Amino acid sequence: MSSHAVAHPQGLAHHFRDLGQQQSAAGLGMWVFIAQEIMFFGGLFLAYTIYRSQYNDVFATASHHLNVPLGAINTAVLICSSLTMAMAVHAAALGKRQQIVLFLLLTIVLGGVFLGIKAVEYKEKFDHHLVPGPHFSGHELKLDGDRERHAQIYYSLYFAMTGLHALHMVIGIPIILWIAWRAYRGEFNTSYNAPVEIVGLYWHFVDIIWIFLFPLLYLIA
Amino acid sequence: MTSEPQARHEEHHIVPLSVYFLVFGALMVLTYVTVQVAHVDLGHPEVLTVRIPMNVIVALVIAITKATLVVLFFMHVKYSSRLVQIIVVSSLLWLVILLSVVGDYVSRGWLGNPGT
Repeated sequence: MSSHAVAHPQGLAHHFRDLGQQQSAAGLGMWVFIAQEIMFFGGLFLAYTIYRSQYNDVFATASHHLNVPLGAINTAVLICSSLTMAMAVHAAALGKRQQIVLFLLLTIVLGGVFLGIKAVEYKEKFDHHLVPGPHFSGHELKLDGDRERHAQIYYSLYFAMTGLHALHMVIGIPIILWIAWRAYRGEFNTSYNAPVEIVGLYWHFVDIIWIFLFPLLYLIA
Repeated sequence: MTSEPQARHEEHHIVPLSVYFLVFGALMVLTYVTVQVAHVDLGHPEVLTVRIPMNVIVALVIAITKATLVVLFFMHVKYSSRLVQIIVVSSLLWLVILLSVVGDYVSRGWLGNPGT
């Protein structure tokens, strides 16, 4: 294998045969990570299912104090960001440097809009004493005693699930920025673009979590 | 050295942009539908002493449809290697096993044993 020392494609790590094999391995690794993430969020969805089946009426009352229009707008914003991310990956496969940077930056802007709206929603909950803890009050929900405590369970799950989701976006945005910087520097081409594809998988996964959180937390009849 | 032209070809499959726009449109329409259908009471048919909340079922069917579109097209699983597809399916299988714990809560009253 003397050819190894002669021609070494940009971005190829030494332990891979070629860029195709490297990209397959990277994609597989990311999917194993996502499988782990599914279990990670799965535990919270399980807790949600059990408590909702026990206290469905209180969950419905408590959920009426979430802002459905803002939640729906955020769902649309996140779907738009998934589209721009898909187009960034598409541009990377075609080796269009400027388009990769443009679509990644658009994805970051949309992610920022989502987090901004989320912050407005969180502030509403603090103002209305709906954050679990010593200052929680069922007054706004017209619930007291046991039912007030069950409403705290709903809001605990609300903050744990949307908070963990938002944390994933807070982690994702700087990573996308880093990949956009690398794209701007011209590190990616038609044969080496795995990092763009990998960060795309991560972003779409975060979108999928929200696709489930929105109806389960906001739309309880 | 053996090469795998088949696998490499799949990895570099380029999805036409029109597919992305169609999926995007479907996701938006389904979001609208899930908000609208939440205002309608679809009832609670009883199956084996368990009241099935139809609104939740419909909301979940819509969410699963949306997630499937994202996984197949945005995440390219439709065009990925068989190995990636196996990882995706088995991760969902593990999730189903995890969620099956709910069966314990649902079935507690069935035998009428004291203390349940």
